Amino acid sequence: MNVILGKKLGMASFFGPTGREFPVTIVETGPCVVVQVKTIENDKYEAVQLGFIDKKEKRVNKPQKGHFEKAGIAPKRFLKEFRFEGAGELEVGSEVNVSIFQEGDSLAVTGTSKGKGFQGTIKRWGMKRQGRTHGTHESKRGPGSIGQCAWPSRVWKGKRMAGRMGNDKVTVKNLEVLKVIPDKNIIFVKGSVPGGKNGLLKIRKQEA
Amino acid sequence: MDFINTLNLNQIRKDIPEFHSGDTLDVHMKIVEGNKERVQIFTGTVIQVRGTGVGKTFTIRKISNGIGVERIIPLNSPQIDKIVRVKEGKVRRSRIFYFRQRRGKSARIKEVRRGK
Repeated sequence: MNVILGKKLGMASFFGPTGREFPVTIVETGPCVVVQVKTIENDKYEAVQLGFIDKKEKRVNKPQKGHFEKAGIAPKRFLKEFRFEGAGELEVGSEVNVSIFQEGDSLAVTGTSKGKGFQGTIKRWGMKRQGRTHGTHESKRGPGSIGQCAWPSRVWKGKRMAGRMGNDKVTVKNLEVLKVIPDKNIIFVKGSVPGGKNGLLKIRKQEA
Repeated sequence: MDFINTLNLNQIRKDIPEFHSGDTLDVHMKIVEGNKERVQIFTGTVIQVRGTGVGKTFTIRKISNGIGVERIIPLNSPQIDKIVRVKEGKVRRSRIFYFRQRRGKSARIKEVRRGK
């Protein structure tokens, strides 16, 4: 098993075995339960649906209740699907926990980035600022020209402009596991992962 | 959050003596060469102590063969074997960067003598 769901607990500074100091993200990983298995025969693709963190019975709506009852599993707050080869052979109800990780593993972590609100082109797209001086008139953080005149006499679709930034699905690859604490379901990931504290993370172990 | 707090507290070293800018310290650093570990002593003047908690660091400066050498050392680093406070200096500010421009006679710090 190479995938699991996790919760970002926050960041800290961690002294590794050699005494070097690392910035680490502390992630609570699992335990997750396989709620549904999708097979090529049934669904035309292979995937596994994992459930994470228990949910109160009264917060479960009827369609969801049926889904969990079919699997014979207590209701979960988060359900996420992972597609990978061999997923169809897994069994419903089997548990995935932190034991899949070892120190030194390489991870790809997917989460939802922090929302930044409406941002200009400089922050959102990394455009350059105009001169503070040398006759710059009225606009100092503007986007500049957004197109040509006679042709196409319109603005291209997808032109980078100001707008809502953040709150996007972001994947960070090649993150290293620095420490695993099995009895607390916690791993230390070197560097940062997308999103704020208590954010849900999809964690996939990468091939070495 | 509790976990992070305990992690931070557990990493803080309680065996490091108190010191300030202007003090002269012997910092015994553990150095790993191949598979052998030995202790190297870095003797110098503390010119800055910054940060709080686990991330606290200090900058220590010495003149080695006529060249100024500075090291920024995490205070809670397990690489520190021990710290010995050699001299207690009397300085008027917490970050004595002006010390870098001093050479010779002016690069001295008045020592505080206590307890005698």
